[in-house]
Amino acid sequence: MTKLKHRGIELYNWIEHRLGLAKPIVEAAEHPIPASSASWWYVFGSAAMVLVVLQVVTGILLALVYVPSASQAWNSLQFLNHNLTLGWFLRAVHGWGSNFMIAIVLIHMTQVFLFGAYKFPRELTWIVGVLLLLLTLGMAFTGQVLRFDQDAYWGLGIGASISSRVPGVGALLVHALLGGPIIGGATLSRFFALHVFVIPGILLASIGVHVWMVLRLGINEWPMPGRLVRKSTYERQYHELVQKNGMPFVPDAAWKDAVFAAAVLLAVIACAFFFGPFGPSGQPDPTIIQTAPKPDFAFLFIYAVLAFLPPSLETPFLLIVPVIVIGALLLLPLVAGEGEKHWSRRPVAVLMVALIAVTLGVFTRLGTYTPWSPIMDAWTSDPTPTQYLRGRTPLERQGALVLQEKQCRDCHSLGGLGGLRGPSLDSIAARMTEDQITRQVLQGGGNMPSYGNALNPAETTALVHFLLTLRGQDLTPAVDASRGLARH
Amino acid sequence: MNPSSAKSRRAFLFKLSLLLNGAVGAVLAVPILGYILGPALKKGSSYNSWIALGAVSEFPEGETRLVDYLNPVTTPWDGETGKVACWVRHIAGEQFQVFAINCAHLGCPVRWFAQSKLFLCPCHGGAYYADGSRASGPPPRGLFEYKHKIDGNKLMISAGEMPTLATEACNKKLLIQIDRSS
Repeated sequence: MTKLKHRGIELYNWIEHRLGLAKPIVEAAEHPIPASSASWWYVFGSAAMVLVVLQVVTGILLALVYVPSASQAWNSLQFLNHNLTLGWFLRAVHGWGSNFMIAIVLIHMTQVFLFGAYKFPRELTWIVGVLLLLLTLGMAFTGQVLRFDQDAYWGLGIGASISSRVPGVGALLVHALLGGPIIGGATLSRFFALHVFVIPGILLASIGVHVWMVLRLGINEWPMPGRLVRKSTYERQYHELVQKNGMPFVPDAAWKDAVFAAAVLLAVIACAFFFGPFGPSGQPDPTIIQTAPKPDFAFLFIYAVLAFLPPSLETPFLLIVPVIVIGALLLLPLVAGEGEKHWSRRPVAVLMVALIAVTLGVFTRLGTYTPWSPIMDAWTSDPTPTQYLRGRTPLERQGALVLQEKQCRDCHSLGGLGGLRGPSLDSIAARMTEDQITRQVLQGGGNMPSYGNALNPAETTALVHFLLTLRGQDLTPAVDASRGLARH
Repeated sequence: MNPSSAKSRRAFLFKLSLLLNGAVGAVLAVPILGYILGPALKKGSSYNSWIALGAVSEFPEGETRLVDYLNPVTTPWDGETGKVACWVRHIAGEQFQVFAINCAHLGCPVRWFAQSKLFLCPCHGGAYYADGSRASGPPPRGLFEYKHKIDGNKLMISAGEMPTLATEACNKKLLIQIDRSS
């Protein structure tokens, strides 16, 4: 036994004498960190890295089967889901791993921001981190395209349409993005190369730089209110802190990283097992237009914002705001590289995090049920509430039929059913007079198309008479105040 | 030869070798850029050609119908994505309008509703009238329209690339905006 052990050590020494990597690796692992940083708040970065490894491994496994061809990609996904043992599970782990990675990266970024860790001398670490966030989102978007279904196809259409808005080079960008005149085989191949070679290559190299700087500069100490960062003194103070009150990263702090990483991996596996893979939805056939395309969760907020921008503001907004946001993130550590680190002394920073979180949350929530979209089959599938038909005259009932047949329900709800694009009609007669309703129906306006060409006079009369019966819980009908005056 | 002149000679040779590699890199960059940007630099109009959508008699007067055709530029691995759909509106006689399926807002597929005489987009609720003009919602203009002609008794359109605001099927002025205050 001792002989075997001896041989083992000999072999190790033989390799290490030639390779010389074990010593620096052990030194890096045991580098001293401030005792205060061995905290559960400092585990998100390493968890994101573990997720990258998971994504690389599952990605390679999926690439064994996936066919990056516009004519076969969707079929190969179906094959993975249904015909290949545990193919569905690998797809699910890769998909959920992607969602978890975006979440962990965002949490990591928020923590770093609130703890002031981006300040001197870690400015460049933050800047590379911003790049890593963009690359992560780039992986999510290109990955969504590789799930080559209806959402991917029309998502590319949205991407091309946004690119086309860039002044001067719009057409060039569209063709560069699509790799040709239409969304097709060349487009998918392009996104495959980006998702599998280009972005992961840059991502892994950037992670290397990011981690190198963390090791070189030391992990951020736990911030204390009133302990200000000064470029002239910070590095000496940090060095003293580590000398006086430091501990080796491995094993004193690393066990928390390891436990959290395991918990995250377990959560990914559980989600994959219980909720399964994402899609693919319908096949990417552009002649099947009965579809309501939607991006993945991480991009829903953009999809929602695009519904609310007035047409005249949309192009400037789309082209300028991302530049401002990314520019602000990149410049943050250069502008605020010194001073207070603790969140309790940085109210603006805390408010900004809250504001951004609420904004993203609200728009994402809106994106899940898209109140701005007409519900295309409401006119044939949603029943007219019976209480709106009981005791009505034949003309009014005819109007109820017109309302249904002219697809008003696609945008307006009755009894809680129907589209949310326009206002609900349940109490319309309490808000608008007969004249106003007629005018609104025939001429439109306020984001409603005019129906003057789609309704004949008999249909209009019937429709307006039906609408006049809709007064909610017996509300007073709307009246034109000038009518009374005119009579006297 | 004294050591310092030998050193400066080696430094010069090293700089020269960098220059050489820079030149080789530039030579290599030309075909690489040409390869990457090839599809992007091709003029949009060169993708277009005349495609027959069917006999005029296949489109009843006063109706708007969904038609699909095979894009003139495709590869065998395009599969279903090589197909393109469009809306054909037969107004009367030889008067036609052929609209792209793509919403002018962000390219989603618009659907025709004959009863309310509207095209509606499922993505952000863009709406267009029967003649393709903008009715409401976020689109900045009316539907993209393909150039068309009648050849014998066949309806032909000039198509070949995905229409967007920069790669229009047909140059048409931006429509006047409907009140965006409300």
